[in-house]
Amino acid sequence: MDAITTRIAATGTDPDTGYTSYRLGGFEFTRDEYFAHVSWPKGSHIIEIDRFLRAMVRDIGWGFFYGWIFFDDIFGTTNHYGTVDLFAGAYDAGYKAKGLDHLETFPAEVVKEAFETISQNWINEGYDPLRAPLETGSPLGPKTVERTDELVRGFAAASRMLGLEGEPPVRSDATGHPINRAFADLEFDRPEIECEPGFEGQLHAINLFDHIARADVTWNPSFTAVTGASICCVTSEEHMLPVIHGNDRNEWFVQLTDEIHWQIADKNSGQPRGTIVMKAGNVCAMPADIRHQGFSPKRSMLMVLENGTPGLEKRYASGELKPYPVDFG
Amino acid sequence: MAYNTKVGSLDAYEKGSIELADDLRKYAFSNIYEVAGKSAPFERVAVVQNLEYVAETVRIEGDSPWYAAPHDEFALVMDGEVTFRFVKLADDQVPGHEGGAVRLGGVPNGPNMGRVTARRGHQVLLPKGAAYQMSAAKPAVAIVQTRDGPETVKRWSEICTLA
Repeated sequence: MDAITTRIAATGTDPDTGYTSYRLGGFEFTRDEYFAHVSWPKGSHIIEIDRFLRAMVRDIGWGFFYGWIFFDDIFGTTNHYGTVDLFAGAYDAGYKAKGLDHLETFPAEVVKEAFETISQNWINEGYDPLRAPLETGSPLGPKTVERTDELVRGFAAASRMLGLEGEPPVRSDATGHPINRAFADLEFDRPEIECEPGFEGQLHAINLFDHIARADVTWNPSFTAVTGASICCVTSEEHMLPVIHGNDRNEWFVQLTDEIHWQIADKNSGQPRGTIVMKAGNVCAMPADIRHQGFSPKRSMLMVLENGTPGLEKRYASGELKPYPVDFG
Repeated sequence: MAYNTKVGSLDAYEKGSIELADDLRKYAFSNIYEVAGKSAPFERVAVVQNLEYVAETVRIEGDSPWYAAPHDEFALVMDGEVTFRFVKLADDQVPGHEGGAVRLGGVPNGPNMGRVTARRGHQVLLPKGAAYQMSAAKPAVAIVQTRDGPETVKRWSEICTLA
């Protein structure tokens, strides 16, 4: 299917709320005081505005991430690494059965521009969808003043290891990242590095927990260490993952502190499969045939190990690779 | 409100739970403290497998053999205090196998690069081109991000929750 290259267009501004509505391909986006409304030629859908904006800014920041990003059970994006599907009901059994589902494919930069345009117009000063709900204002109500700072931040991608020369810095007071309130009870020290003369800069270590504890964003990973295509991402998690992630490959979670409850469902139908509760020290694979959503009652630290090998999504989609990672023999 | 961050250790951890209408083998649900608690010192037990990449749980107790890999590895200490000692390898000493750590026969010839002392939450670069030894006076635990290699131990059926 050819990608639709038509860019986002404004379709009008509501005189009462002040928010602008937009069209992208066959999709229309409107917001009111409480909700985002998404419509397409065969249907429409309503999403609570906090949920919608939290999902949208993360989808931008993640570069549409790996595979499927469900804003909720109905609306979302699929990353094809160059193009992006926008879908509504395409992975919901009821919408599919009634023929109400819709899917359009766009160049990734077209969707990125569209999401940035919508987010910029629909997010007011005082509300930061990347922060935990307890740490930011409300997105509800009419348009006030648009934010002028960066909407998307926090995704520091190391190519070898965080903090090495030429790599993104480890978070610190100096970078404007104090220890988050939820980790104030921990003590943070530094690893001791003793280099012999001539080897300065060749040995390296960081306090990874300190780096995570200073994150001013949630559910927004930073790459800290890379072995070949194996990427160590770490992130601070509080409240709920504001998207449901459907994998196009296997990924792994290592719970570093506290606990996260994961709801697991079938990727294609959304049929629930159950729950995983990960506590500090637990390791769990997220297979390539599920969707998952996390709930973190207290801010916690999570390590995610991804395989960034290019083209992997096609090998899973074709069935060449099994949708689960371990062969038990 | 004061928060109480929960971390795990060899002596105290909670295992969590997995309740799914699915084949639990697909999720390979384990706990690094439980794995390390049942491992011999310096067994490098895979708890993550992403095709050719793994993460190994290592119980560190005493002095390890010397290891080297043909690529960077990373160790995240999850309990205790670990000292990593490094020796620079000449180009012809760098292992030529495809990936993962390999055990060296003894202390490698080469200049001493120094050492890193790390505790819970510290992530340490185990750089390509260097051999390393891990040491801990008391039992400690680390997760090593690496490739599947000759030292990687796999006993998934023993470490994973399957029912």
